[in-house]
Amino acid sequence: MEHEEFSWAQLIPGLSHLPSHVSNAIIISIIILVIVIVGYRRIRKTQDDMVPEAKLTAKTFVEVVVEILSGLVENTMGARGPEFMLIIGTLALFILFNNLSGVVPGFVPATNNVNTTFACSLTVFVLTHIYGVREHGIKYLKQFVGPFWWLAILFVPIELIGHLARPLSLGLRLFGNITGDHLVTGIFFMLVPFLVPLVVMFLGLFVAFVQTFVFILLSMAYFSGAIAYEEH
Amino acid sequence: MKKLFSILMLLGVFTVLFCGVAMAAEEAKGLDSQVKAMIALASGIGIGIAAFGGALGQGKAVASALEGIGRNPGASGKILTPMIIGLAMIESLVIYSLVVSLMLFLKL
Repeated sequence: MEHEEFSWAQLIPGLSHLPSHVSNAIIISIIILVIVIVGYRRIRKTQDDMVPEAKLTAKTFVEVVVEILSGLVENTMGARGPEFMLIIGTLALFILFNNLSGVVPGFVPATNNVNTTFACSLTVFVLTHIYGVREHGIKYLKQFVGPFWWLAILFVPIELIGHLARPLSLGLRLFGNITGDHLVTGIFFMLVPFLVPLVVMFLGLFVAFVQTFVFILLSMAYFSGAIAYEEH
Repeated sequence: MKKLFSILMLLGVFTVLFCGVAMAAEEAKGLDSQVKAMIALASGIGIGIAAFGGALGQGKAVASALEGIGRNPGASGKILTPMIIGLAMIESLVIYSLVVSLMLFLKL
């Protein structure tokens, strides 16, 4: 199974020297940028329309995406939703487009590689602590200590391991799902090339959406855990 | 703020040191046949047990979700979303075992 995979990135002269996940991430990011810039311009032009157009144009597509994401963020984070809209939206679009590009032949999804997924999960991890410290000051470290101060010896290792397990699990979950799907699709192509890989590709599509959803939901849960105030 | 930054830097340094140890363990490429047999057995049985446990857990989750939908068909949208999240959580444990199994398989 170790043959050299073909990807569109090998045809672009500047990108063929880079490792495959970097070059594919660059291509996907450029695609996202083009969609976002075109949609932003269209949305800005007609600010007075209350009734959306009936067809699927760039404007309605971008409107749907933004509405879904902001509805999700405000549902989960409550009143402080719009602060986190940027990071959650960026992560969601990046991961979603990368996962979906695995279904298109010729693209190797950047999330196929542990580096990309751990980069996303380490970003979330560092941001959790930055948000917590910005919100609470140095008293943010009090949640590591536990309810009573003499239980600190017991609680600190447990909390530390729990905290360190979060980026590990986030990154591994995304990596394992996307790589596993890619491998299974490849194996089914080897076995029965006729109609069965279609079913597996539907599964791959479904998993792409679900994994993005789970990733950003867990990130929002960690954010709100970091900035939450304890109620006695 | 500076204390937190220095703590984070120390964590990063420790991670890098441990990665150095992990790199040194990749030298044994010419394995003898008994080790290869063990690796093959382990990677197959590991993912088998994980799939068994994962299927049990997911079966329970879907069963109670379906029962909830049966009692209250109007709430099916609200039940479906936490069910999908729960399924993804359970499946992630199976995925961890798959990752270990793949790492073993690629050492063959």
